[in-house]
Amino acid sequence: MASSTKSSSKSSRKSAKSSKNGKSGAVGPDQSDESDVANKTDQLELFRQMYLIRQFELACGENYSKGLIRGFLHLYIGQEATGVGAISTLREDDYVVSNYRDHGHALARGLDVNRAMAELFGRATGTSKGKGGSMHLFDVAKRFMGGHAIVAGQLPLAAGLALAQQYQKTDGLTMCFFGDGSTNQGVYHETLNLAAIWKLPILFFLENNMYGMGSSIERVRAGGIDFYPGMATYEIPAVEVDGMDVLAVKEATEVAVARIRKGSGPQFIEAKTFRFVGHSLADGQKYRGQEEVKEWKERDPVITFPKKLVEMGLVTQDQVDETKSAVDEAVAKAVEFANDSPEPDLSEIDTDVLA
Amino acid sequence: MSQIVLREALKRGLEEALENDPRVFMMGEDIGEYGGAYAVTDGFLKKFGPERIKDTPISEQAFLGAGIGAAAAGLRPIVEFMSISFSLVAFDQIVNMAANLRYMSGGQISVPMVIRAPTGAGVQLAATHSQSFETWLAEVPGMKVVCPSNPYDALGLMRSAIKDDNPVLVAEPALLYGVKGEVPDEYYEIEIGKADITRTGSDITLVSYGYGMRPLNEAADKLAERGVSAEVIDLRSLSPIDMDAVVQSVQKTNRVVVVDTARRVGGIMAEVAADLQQKASEWLDGPVMRVGSADVPWPYNRGLEQEVLTDADDVLAAVTEGYGI
Repeated sequence: MASSTKSSSKSSRKSAKSSKNGKSGAVGPDQSDESDVANKTDQLELFRQMYLIRQFELACGENYSKGLIRGFLHLYIGQEATGVGAISTLREDDYVVSNYRDHGHALARGLDVNRAMAELFGRATGTSKGKGGSMHLFDVAKRFMGGHAIVAGQLPLAAGLALAQQYQKTDGLTMCFFGDGSTNQGVYHETLNLAAIWKLPILFFLENNMYGMGSSIERVRAGGIDFYPGMATYEIPAVEVDGMDVLAVKEATEVAVARIRKGSGPQFIEAKTFRFVGHSLADGQKYRGQEEVKEWKERDPVITFPKKLVEMGLVTQDQVDETKSAVDEAVAKAVEFANDSPEPDLSEIDTDVLA
Repeated sequence: MSQIVLREALKRGLEEALENDPRVFMMGEDIGEYGGAYAVTDGFLKKFGPERIKDTPISEQAFLGAGIGAAAAGLRPIVEFMSISFSLVAFDQIVNMAANLRYMSGGQISVPMVIRAPTGAGVQLAATHSQSFETWLAEVPGMKVVCPSNPYDALGLMRSAIKDDNPVLVAEPALLYGVKGEVPDEYYEIEIGKADITRTGSDITLVSYGYGMRPLNEAADKLAERGVSAEVIDLRSLSPIDMDAVVQSVQKTNRVVVVDTARRVGGIMAEVAADLQQKASEWLDGPVMRVGSADVPWPYNRGLEQEVLTDADDVLAAVTEGYGI
């Protein structure tokens, strides 16, 4: 299960150095029995989270069709391995910031499944009391700081959270997710530069799913589909990772996280990934061929990862099946919880406007 | 009691916050090494160090947004725009993020951040550097907007703004940085959202804020010479806005002129006038008269600029037109 990471030329030297120091926390075949046991548990948990996100979102789609979820619904289906692998490396005191495709990051960060679903249903029991919806999930207790729906608008917010962590002299960090579409916003450049000159403890996590809504990145970006080499301009160490391989993502992120905690300043990871579904449920996907979608689906992490774990004898098929049943039940209960939850009282209209 | 200029009053408010609260820090373009474009933060870098007085790149979106993040994490940032016109570059962050975050998160996130920005025309900086966007931001729910017209208010409002748990814009009239006024040595604050009746009168109510108080006071003096007693109201705060104070005054004087040095069309005084129409029309002896700067981009030429900028004569003309006095 070797990882598949590539570094920009500048950062690859640093990467090699870091590995020699043995601080990368890499998952590999040369580990002790004790860590093997831990890894089996960890890996089953990684699968559980990916499967939870998948089933949660399938349920979202179903309830959107029924009209119980409204507004825009952007699904993360296909990209589960990136968020799950990356977030699994964090501590409780780290911050996570996401974009409008936020269900996966939120659930990987441990948001209550019932309250997350209730938010999508717009109910009083939702994480934002029904005031935010799908694109604006928040749970400050889990340090999940949204859920932001102006493309790239979350980047400076994340830099500010990291600035506070630096100011307070903690070794906490902020992990900021954004898509390839964000990179054509001016604030993307502004934030990378600011984070670099101030050496902020931030991990820029680019989920490059090749499309900004219906625009292929090749159509809207000069310079091809790879972003990580450009980070040399900012002197931000950057690697590329296979976003369909949860362990590769985890491994690359562990390296970056360890560096940030030691005061390296920002790090950048580009995960190549793919959403198997449209931009939102309103998307007929006229802009891309189904052949491309089919090819990526063959690498579906929710299917390939547990298969690989069983083949390698790390977990049994029974364990996989038990995990799936438990998740299926939790998601069904979440839908039931959301559906049974009250609508927000009209008196809530003008609360939470000002302190 | 001491006589200080408005710049010094702001400086005093910022300095004591930096001294008393370790969560307070400042960010902005050239606020440190340079000392601030209008010298409000002169000497701060030496006194408080680079961790708390942060010079930023020319990246309004990034550093204003970083202020929001830092505030959401429990700090109390004070972020400076070199001109309120530059805030346009960061409007997404101010409106979509700073003002909306509390609501969108169901009350989970607070953004206790002060945004400072020089505002207004009058020094021949032409169209891109002379605008008054505090009136735009005053209509955004989730934030507060104040604008002082004198050193006493500047210090009192700055103290309240820094202590407030919401994003607060402190618009600083650029033409008034050097204006002198009395400021007590004892600690005081000015509640955000309360207007100030700066002169009591019985014949007509004049309402403005910020730099507009200068033509307003001149007009009130001239009216007094004519035997007309004007009541003068300084809104101090554009959001929330103290309509009660305005309505009560109009109930007494039965006449009103609302005055803005920003553009007349769509300005904050349009809101005041509309509200007066609903709440006080039965008390009024004539129309709500609205004065503001002409509906054109700000010209560079001094003669043109002065003609566009609201002055005391414009106020007096409205008084005569509306009420024949």
